[in-house]
Amino acid sequence: MDRRNMLKGLATVPFLGAFAIGWWRKRKKEHYKQHSLLKELNMDASAPEIPPSPSRDKTIRLGIIGYGGRGAHLVRGAGFANPELIQAWKKAAMVNPDDKRYEDFLAQEDLNVALNGVCDVYDVRAERGLLASGNAAREGTDAGVKPKARRYRTYQDLLKADDIDAVIIGTPDHWHAQMTIDAARAGKHVYVEKGMTRTLDETYTMVDAVKENGICFQLGHQGRQTESYLKAREVVKKDLLGNINLIEVCTNRNTPNGAWQYKIDEEAGPHNIDWEQFSGPYSDHPFSLERFFRWRCWWDYGTGLSGDLFTHEYDAINQILDLGIPHSAVSSGGVYHFKDGREVPDVWQVTCEYPERDLTLLYSASLASSRNRGKVIMGHDAHLELGSSLTVWPDRNSTRYAEMMKRGVIDPAKPLFNYIPGKKNVDAVSSATEAYFAGRGLLYTYRGGRRVDTTHLHVKEWIDCIRSGKQPSCNIDQGFQEAITAQMAIISYREDRKVFWDTKQQKII
Amino acid sequence: MKYSKWQFTALLLLRILIGWHFLYEGLVKLVNPDWSSIGYLLDSKWILAGFFHSLAANPGVLNVVDFLNMWGLILVGLGLILGIFTQISAIGGLVLLGFYYLSHPPFLNLEYVLPSEGSYLIVNKTLIELVCLWVLWLFPTGRIIGIDRIIFGAKE
Repeated sequence: MDRRNMLKGLATVPFLGAFAIGWWRKRKKEHYKQHSLLKELNMDASAPEIPPSPSRDKTIRLGIIGYGGRGAHLVRGAGFANPELIQAWKKAAMVNPDDKRYEDFLAQEDLNVALNGVCDVYDVRAERGLLASGNAAREGTDAGVKPKARRYRTYQDLLKADDIDAVIIGTPDHWHAQMTIDAARAGKHVYVEKGMTRTLDETYTMVDAVKENGICFQLGHQGRQTESYLKAREVVKKDLLGNINLIEVCTNRNTPNGAWQYKIDEEAGPHNIDWEQFSGPYSDHPFSLERFFRWRCWWDYGTGLSGDLFTHEYDAINQILDLGIPHSAVSSGGVYHFKDGREVPDVWQVTCEYPERDLTLLYSASLASSRNRGKVIMGHDAHLELGSSLTVWPDRNSTRYAEMMKRGVIDPAKPLFNYIPGKKNVDAVSSATEAYFAGRGLLYTYRGGRRVDTTHLHVKEWIDCIRSGKQPSCNIDQGFQEAITAQMAIISYREDRKVFWDTKQQKII
Repeated sequence: MKYSKWQFTALLLLRILIGWHFLYEGLVKLVNPDWSSIGYLLDSKWILAGFFHSLAANPGVLNVVDFLNMWGLILVGLGLILGIFTQISAIGGLVLLGFYYLSHPPFLNLEYVLPSEGSYLIVNKTLIELVCLWVLWLFPTGRIIGIDRIIFGAKE
């Protein structure tokens, strides 16, 4: 080959050289940024550690009290679903291959539990629960599933059963305390839905009963299992945010269902609902289907936004910051949209002061606007946005990051730190696109592993703790803080005054 | 085919620039351990959306798609810059761009989660780059300036 051909053949190689130089320079700069930033932040890239489960040799025998929508979900978290639901999921998956509910449920870990007792004051739901109890194989309606558990007419009878070790309580809020107290005294472990209590007085009795009887108690804030919350705790511990002074949490919904106008079953009536037992000593209102199905709208049965949704937000923040009970709370709101005869407000806010922590926790909710505002923890140096993912944004007026911003290591327009559960690594400097995806909940977790229902994880933690004797993450101490905070908020609203927590006397004043 | 000096220069420059773009897109994905096409695939719209979603749904398939895409981009990039297997590279690049375009066509009434860096109606830069590769395939330059000249002989 002659020299001329060779030269012409290789004439474009220098472009590759130019490319290599550009590539090397760009990579060096990015590496420096990431390296120095992660070092400065002292954040590691790993997912939060989840303790391994103890041995599951012994079967834990469960009872369910209250097999409504939420109760059914909790029982599913333990491994038992109504065959009709499975059938519907199977069908949905055939129509739409992206519908993974059936597949995910089949993949859910087997906890080695049995469902031996079902108690519900509404016959239709009790029957559904009974069918679920026989469905350990997770079959649809075509498999001829037979009930396995025994139905109990009253929860007191269920608590007397020898073949039940632990109960899941998914009833309306007005029964949470008394049922937990009775279960604890009967030596049964308890998983109870939030809000923990409806009134202040019952809160103290409930805490005492749980502690005195040494049962394993879990309160139903499944957010405790959310990976991004666990990572947020690490962010706060490592002081990435500087002096945290304001926390904003909210609820926004805008549907009748979201505003507790749940569907009223056509088949329901006084003939298949034990109204007297439902009401108990808490209400003397005559039979009402509306009150039975939409109980959250009345003070006799719950605390409205406080117990249903503020508690979730509060617990998420308490989990991250160990806030405890606020020094004071003041609350306001009203029935501004759903004028359907309800007593509880549909627009409601509460301000909790923590002077010893130099911060305010602000909760605001509307059941008639979908504008989602997320959870934001604001500090002098950075603020943290929390959802299923976690993003830390540097503050452009931060003292701590001022020098790094000057050097160009930190760009105030870009997240300082971004954590997307299921991803292999934490990005120190993540792209706008990634943040965009994460914020809209597009799923990154398909690859690292399958998505898991947090409710299942929360029930699993409780069952693991029953076996190991350890304390679950949302134990009675955490529950007490949740209950008192929610009570302070609701007392402030109903009595139209600012309330204070007396730490010495352990009382609301 | 006989090109004038400027015709040839323009074609060669186009080839190198497109090659550069492909190579960089490929390498960026190669060095990022977290990169995956899953978000892009899941965001697909239009009549082929089902096909692209199904690629994303299966982790095994997704790994293959990611691998082929990454190395496809790198090899096409090198091929175009160096002028090695130039014609195959042009076709390979055209096919890749075809997939990108068809998974996210900027048609009326289609909205994407992934933000676009410009404003497009039916025609976007992917489509233009695709047609450019077609032009490069029709007006080959690899055997004039490129390693193809050494392998397959000069064709002035």
